[in-house]
Amino acid sequence: MAVAVMLVVIVVVVFCIFFLIPQWTGVDPATMYVGKTSDAAAVEGIRQKLALDEPILIQVFEFFKGIFVGRTYAAGGDVTNCAMPCFGYSFRSEQAIWPVLTDRLPVTMVLALGAAALWLLFGVAAGVLSALKRGTLWDRSAMVVALAGVSLPIFFTAMVSLAVFDYGLGWIDSGFVPFGDSPGAWFQGMLLPWVTLAFLYAAMYARITRATMLEVMGEDYIRTARAKGLSEPVVIGKHAMRSTMTPILTMLGMDLGALIGGAILTETAFSLPGLGQAVLKAINERDLPVILGVVLITSLAVIIANLVVDILYAVIDPRVRLS
Amino acid sequence: MTELSTSGAAPGEPAVPASPATGAFLDVRDLKVHFPTDDGLVKSVDGLSFTLEKGRTLGIVGESGSGKSVTSLGIMGLHTAGQYGRRKAQISGEIWLNGRELLSSDPDEVRKLRGRDMAMIFQDPLSALHPYYTIGKQIVEAYRVHHAVDRKKARTRAIEMLDRVGIPQPDKRVDSYPHEFSGGMRQRAMIAMSLVNNPQLLIADEPTTALDVTVQAQILDLIRDLQTEFGSAVIVITHDLGVVAELADDILVMYGGRCVERGPAEKVFYEPRHPYTWGLLGSMPRLDRDQTERLIPVKGSPPSLINVPSGCAFNPRCPYADLPKDDVTRTVRPELLEVGSRHSAACHLSREQRERIWTEEIAPKL
Amino acid sequence: MTTRRNARRKQAVAAAAVVAALLSTAACGGGEDSGGKKGKGGAAAGFDAANNKVANPSAKKGGTLKFAGAQDADSWDTTRGYYGFVWNFMRYYSRQLVTGKTEPGKTGAELTPDLATERAKITDDGRTYTYTLRDGITWEDGKPITSQDIKYGIERQWAQDVLSGGPVYLRDILDPKGEYKGPYKDTSKDKLGLKAIETPDEKTIIFKLPKANSDFEEILALTSSSPVRQDKDTKSKYGLKPFSSGPYKFQSYSPNKSLVLVRNENWKQSSDPVRKALPDKITVNLFSNADDMDNKLLAGDYDLDINQTGLSPQGRTKALKEHKDNLDNPVSGYIRYAVFPQNVAPFDNIDCRKAVIYGADHKSLQTARGGPIAGGDIGTNMLPPSVPGSEGQKYDPYGTTANDGAPDTAKAKAALKACGKPNGFTTTIAVRNNKPVEVATAESLQASLGKIGIKAEIDQYDGSQTTGIIGNPSVVKKKNYGIIIMGWGPDFPSVQGYGAPLWDSSYILESGNNNFAMIKDKAIDANFDKFSVELDREKKKAIATEINHQVMEGAYYLPFVFEKFINWRSARLTNVYSTDAYSGMYDFASLGVVK
Repeated sequence: MAVAVMLVVIVVVVFCIFFLIPQWTGVDPATMYVGKTSDAAAVEGIRQKLALDEPILIQVFEFFKGIFVGRTYAAGGDVTNCAMPCFGYSFRSEQAIWPVLTDRLPVTMVLALGAAALWLLFGVAAGVLSALKRGTLWDRSAMVVALAGVSLPIFFTAMVSLAVFDYGLGWIDSGFVPFGDSPGAWFQGMLLPWVTLAFLYAAMYARITRATMLEVMGEDYIRTARAKGLSEPVVIGKHAMRSTMTPILTMLGMDLGALIGGAILTETAFSLPGLGQAVLKAINERDLPVILGVVLITSLAVIIANLVVDILYAVIDPRVRLS
Repeated sequence: MTELSTSGAAPGEPAVPASPATGAFLDVRDLKVHFPTDDGLVKSVDGLSFTLEKGRTLGIVGESGSGKSVTSLGIMGLHTAGQYGRRKAQISGEIWLNGRELLSSDPDEVRKLRGRDMAMIFQDPLSALHPYYTIGKQIVEAYRVHHAVDRKKARTRAIEMLDRVGIPQPDKRVDSYPHEFSGGMRQRAMIAMSLVNNPQLLIADEPTTALDVTVQAQILDLIRDLQTEFGSAVIVITHDLGVVAELADDILVMYGGRCVERGPAEKVFYEPRHPYTWGLLGSMPRLDRDQTERLIPVKGSPPSLINVPSGCAFNPRCPYADLPKDDVTRTVRPELLEVGSRHSAACHLSREQRERIWTEEIAPKL
Repeated sequence: MTTRRNARRKQAVAAAAVVAALLSTAACGGGEDSGGKKGKGGAAAGFDAANNKVANPSAKKGGTLKFAGAQDADSWDTTRGYYGFVWNFMRYYSRQLVTGKTEPGKTGAELTPDLATERAKITDDGRTYTYTLRDGITWEDGKPITSQDIKYGIERQWAQDVLSGGPVYLRDILDPKGEYKGPYKDTSKDKLGLKAIETPDEKTIIFKLPKANSDFEEILALTSSSPVRQDKDTKSKYGLKPFSSGPYKFQSYSPNKSLVLVRNENWKQSSDPVRKALPDKITVNLFSNADDMDNKLLAGDYDLDINQTGLSPQGRTKALKEHKDNLDNPVSGYIRYAVFPQNVAPFDNIDCRKAVIYGADHKSLQTARGGPIAGGDIGTNMLPPSVPGSEGQKYDPYGTTANDGAPDTAKAKAALKACGKPNGFTTTIAVRNNKPVEVATAESLQASLGKIGIKAEIDQYDGSQTTGIIGNPSVVKKKNYGIIIMGWGPDFPSVQGYGAPLWDSSYILESGNNNFAMIKDKAIDANFDKFSVELDREKKKAIATEINHQVMEGAYYLPFVFEKFINWRSARLTNVYSTDAYSGMYDFASLGVVK
């Protein structure tokens, strides 16, 4: 049910980006695709290729059909095949969108997952510690750092970390290197992005963990656990953590979904060739097909993340299973 | 027999705990539990003493905030166990259980006693049971903390306990989650979990408050039966005198963190010697009378535990506060004094005044 | 080359300014910069060592030349690329009949035979150009490059519906009536149906112009006139892997990420008098964070910026302080200016236009552009120093430099009076929203105009939509854009290549217009016509000078600066020099690296 609603939302979003926005801005979509050249033949060529003269609904239909059966763009004696699944074709870089997505998605996923591992580890640990030592110097300083982490723009922390660890101390040679070329260089290149991104999220997770933990620690069943004679590590680590993980997992699912859609700032700051970088560039250049493709992938990622969260929810909280 | 010791109200605790003079199974002496807060020191329990023998039931009665629950948690050692952060509860006095002083013991030793020698039943079984684990797992866990047995054996034990507390089809319900149980069933499960290790001391903190009236009686019956069967000492904590009427051998009435009256149940019920107890009796619903007319609530609200009223803590609410001379009710704290056999109360009214007020003014209305 | 060179990276990065301070602190605090990373390649050649002269001359082959960039090519297809740096880079894998000399400065803009044995034999009153091809010229598969390949490569410009983006001068010159439909719709068997080009044999190519054009060879020197072999033409996807006729070929290309060129083993040095082909390998890495890229250049991780747009403000400050010997400060060939559309009142009146020119604070405009080093010298006229016929700052019709760039309030007020607006007027300054520097100049102009009573509002329009907004005269009129902030550089160094789109009335278009001032001056049009048939270089220069004077006397433009930029060259680079052929960029074709 939720999935169906989401899919409808996606279609609407696609419709808006693809067709309504060009109309609102009053710019002929063909001239947008063609770029700065005002040559009439060039504009006409694009118009033919994309069938922009057709009614909008036909265009939308053609687009979605392309995903399932592929699509052929033809104009001026040139034929471009866009194999299934065809998520559109960028006439700026002369590339089908799907390969671009599949090329860039792994970079983004590795960035997101690596950072997530870090922020879960440090964020949750710091949050739990803060909750257990609430009011102490540790708690206060951890929360100040967390506040800084949440409020500092990622571009700032990225530039500072580059300035310190790369240009300044020279400890890290940043810059993206494919894993296949050199795992060591790849790791070095990913390290600062991971840490920078994780810093932002660890801060958020520390705060939410602390708050949730404090709430859970006041629950009656925690007192019951103690009354049974369980040792404190078991009380915290098993009984309290299980409840604390619920909101954290929800957040994690949402955050990962959103990050897959593009850690735009992080990727831009560190020049990582991921989805976020691609979409930012596409937005700057008004490369609609790329924007569209990334939006679709993002929506799918969010939907999948939602599903996974729902499933995890049921695993964690038996009360959810009934409904 | 329950021995209610007379007050040992001397301030401060002995440096080395003395051995229990009475040799009672449970001997609480001058227990104080204070919580520091931003607004000041909350004196939840401020000098409480009592003893309890095996096979007997003590009812601790009072309004919410009177310190009865804090007392029970104090005996269980639960104020120190879950204590994190800067502000810690301050506990003093002595708690002797089976010849062992708990407050000065290693916390981990006390932990090992919890759930095994002393167990507790909480007020709201829905929130007191972990929502994410099955009933069976929670009972198994309680059993295995104190017994080195495998899961299977513990599970058999859990089913046995569920059966014992009257849960139908226990071998099936053992895998249910708390939210799949009705309120009464949940409390039965809670009791099963508490009794899984055959504790010698069972503390039931408002065990029936969250339940339907009909279910209440069943649960109380169950507790009484189990006590008879296991021979443990039981403390029932409640604001409802009706509950203790069914269960308790002795009754201790708390007000403002202190004991204001205590004695055998029949004495407290039929010859109460403290105006607060009268109030409680007056507000007790009785099945044989028309409830709306009979309820005589205690007027006013419970005292602040930070700024406890000087003199008798009950004086602002006491209709007879002006009877004693020299404003003594507002300046001098009344001592807990004997008013009969094993029966004592803390009140500035003379025994005669109290006897007269009870027999002439209060009793006829009840 | 229109304004696209300007389609520059540097998205306004809010944090950058804040970070700048931190960066310099970190660098100072470290102190190990000099001993550490900087060591790569030894000592740098010195400030301006490669500005119009050769720094580190060397003939040593080998090594990898490493470009960094913030902006990928618009297309690597020779027919479709229009960025200046792309044309420069295309010489690695493409050859032309004639091309710019691989020499510094002005000489670089002079033509020399490349695929041809010598420059064109011009006959028939400048309407027939004949070339003979060299021996030994080959494609990357070893097959010879024929005159038919060159014709086919040029014909591709006609297929705009498939291959949009590149310059189309040849189409307009050779087929002004638009009779030819391009090779993909060509019905002739060999797809060589364009009548204006004849290929009697594989070694001879003859161009027959309907009308003489004195810049014809300059246009043939553009990389858009490179040969393309028909059986290797992948049409719209050719730019992903062009088939090489030059010393290097594509090894791998991933758009917006990286490009690697390796030696084309079938290219023979003996057949190519132009290209030195020193490095064994050429790599291009693209960055999305321009500040990061500049820092990596400064650290010596890369050799130069492929975009050749100069360091960003933050990198510039640091480089000037710590690595001055790695910098050159060439003139870019661009002029930054404000232009006054005559279809917007009161700029139909020359005196109102003059009032703005006199009233502007040229010094503060220069400062807004970045000052004398990063911004350039104060502009006094509209012909860039790299274009033959330019007089540079010597021609200063409004006495700007004489006044040291200060506003001439007296003359401005007099001009306002003459215009009939003694108390000033209100107007709108149009400026691209994605160019912070241009916004700054607009604000500077607004401030100085306010002092003479001209109230100017600033309208920041979507910078990616220039063609549809300021390129559309009716939109300009509707939005009351009396002043448009812009910049322009030459496609090739000639008054025609630079000025015709701006000043010739026949270039006024309803959309994609560049003659923003709506200049319809018969004298100027006549001079462009005269220029296009004049073959004598000195006379061409004289005409260019005259056109420049006519434009300035019309007071259509307020030039800000003859643009300069700060270009980074690593200490590893050899044979580095700036060339007027590519607007002050380093000449990529000659670069080498020390190992």
